[in-house]
Amino acid sequence: MKSNKKTLVLGIETSCDETSAAVVENGAILRSNVISSQMEVHRRFGGVVPEVASRRHVERITEIIQQALNDAHVKQEDLSAIAVTQGPGLVGALLIGVAAAKAMAFAANLPLVGVHHIAGHIYAAHLMQPLQFPLVALVVSGGHTELVYMSDHNRFERLGRTRDDAAGEAYDKVARLLDLSYPGGPEIDRLSKEGKPIIDLPRAWLEPDSLDFSFSGLKSAVINLLHNAKQRGEVIHRADVAASFQESVVEVLTEKAVRAVRKQGVKHLVLAGGVSANSRLRQELLHRCQKENIHLTIPSMELCTDNAAMIAAAGTFRYLDGQTDGLDLNAKPDLSLI
Amino acid sequence: MKLLAIDTSTLVLSVAVLDQYRVLGELTTNLHKNHSVRLMPAVARLLGDLELDASDLDGVAVAAGPGSYTGVRIGFTTAKTIAWSRGIPMVSVSSLAALAMNGLRFPGGVVPLFDARRNRVYTGLFRGETNEMISAKEEKVIHLDQWLSDLRNEGPLLFLGEDTGHFQERITDVLGDQAFFGQGRENIVSAAHLGTLALSCLKRGEVDHMGAVPNYLQLTKAEADWLSKNGGKKNEVSGD
Ligand SMILES: [Zn+2]
Repeated sequence: MKSNKKTLVLGIETSCDETSAAVVENGAILRSNVISSQMEVHRRFGGVVPEVASRRHVERITEIIQQALNDAHVKQEDLSAIAVTQGPGLVGALLIGVAAAKAMAFAANLPLVGVHHIAGHIYAAHLMQPLQFPLVALVVSGGHTELVYMSDHNRFERLGRTRDDAAGEAYDKVARLLDLSYPGGPEIDRLSKEGKPIIDLPRAWLEPDSLDFSFSGLKSAVINLLHNAKQRGEVIHRADVAASFQESVVEVLTEKAVRAVRKQGVKHLVLAGGVSANSRLRQELLHRCQKENIHLTIPSMELCTDNAAMIAAAGTFRYLDGQTDGLDLNAKPDLSLI
Repeated sequence: MKLLAIDTSTLVLSVAVLDQYRVLGELTTNLHKNHSVRLMPAVARLLGDLELDASDLDGVAVAAGPGSYTGVRIGFTTAKTIAWSRGIPMVSVSSLAALAMNGLRFPGGVVPLFDARRNRVYTGLFRGETNEMISAKEEKVIHLDQWLSDLRNEGPLLFLGEDTGHFQERITDVLGDQAFFGQGRENIVSAAHLGTLALSCLKRGEVDHMGAVPNYLQLTKAEADWLSKNGGKKNEVSGD
């Protein structure tokens, strides 16, 4: 370990379509966070194309790392460790970050730490204000919908997860049905404001005590709704469909998050992941948490979507715990949190 | 001038260290195993055996493709990052040219090839000149039958690469006694050869920049499909 007191960790994140590198000080202070989004590249395909994403990551990765160091006014030799997203995610995309992190760890003689992407999302909140344990985190994005319990740093327990589509995935699919562009989340959120949640759509509560999620039934219900309306020649207001769909998703997410907090007997809830940008989800969760006396933390937008600062933050605590990895670290598309 | 050379563009994993044109060491395996797991430990082990460390390196050479998309990217990203981190030049060299070096002394044309599936191959035609293989026909991904008919009047040809095995009969059918085939070691790329080619590139100042990308030789399927649907320049071959 370096003799200076500051722990400076470089984070690298390439699990999906963002190439990102960041420097975080002591796991809490954001020194830089460079994010190169490929959204424009994938928009014409209506979703992320893994091979296209991997190619773009290779092209950008070195410049992005360089820029993260420059922005932080940090040299390689000032770093304490390198943290990289090991999984879950697209394997070809993950491999680029992992290869770059390992090569740099070797070339600059630095410790290497593999980080779970969901752990990263939760630690995004630590960059806002120190995490207070025990806590429950609701992580919702295009790739995940998870409820996680943390008793302390680096101690994760999964309480629930989606059994089919991630919430963000459901948004993308319904957006496509409504002829909205990709990514679907912001589009549905926007259209919802022009409509009313007057259409009765299902809420998948699953077993009475389950903290799992399921969104495929909801998606099918929207398909049937639009199909039947077309058959009968009825006019259906897209804005009402969007609002009703969003209401169903938000109600389930909010209710299950609050149930998880109660079940675990904790006071702190963290909301993270790209879907936390959703205005209705924020509004509803804030309202419920106020009522239930739960302390809610929602990271800023930049820290909610995929970024390397959250990986650096989570990686710092792994590093300080001595949980470093060897040069044989591999990308794991289905890496489990515990 | 110490150069680290890396090739992970096919099943073969090969790393070598050269001191100018002198080969200090090479580590090569021909296994169906994960390059992501094995590449960095192989580099660390070879340098360790040579009692060198990363700070002793003056350059990094890497196979640029074509080949397995994932394999090429692992090598390319690793090389680019080491070069950037150490502030030393990176040189990327065609994976096919590196394999063709195994036929440097063959008195005729050398044809390295990798299976690109659906009867297509990644290939090119090279001819040896002093210490280098010079490209005589542009590298491409092409249907095997088309390629063989293009090669009819090129005289004796040495086909290299382990994938030549499943095409040998058809190659002989078309080219008869003009076709020769590599044996054992000749079919497996050597990072030392790659390094030798890279040194010549370095001398000519052909160095890659931070935003360099591998040479995949073809668009992704999604891009090719999109272009053909949207009336753009249609790519004749596609796949991933
Ligand atoms: Zn994410």
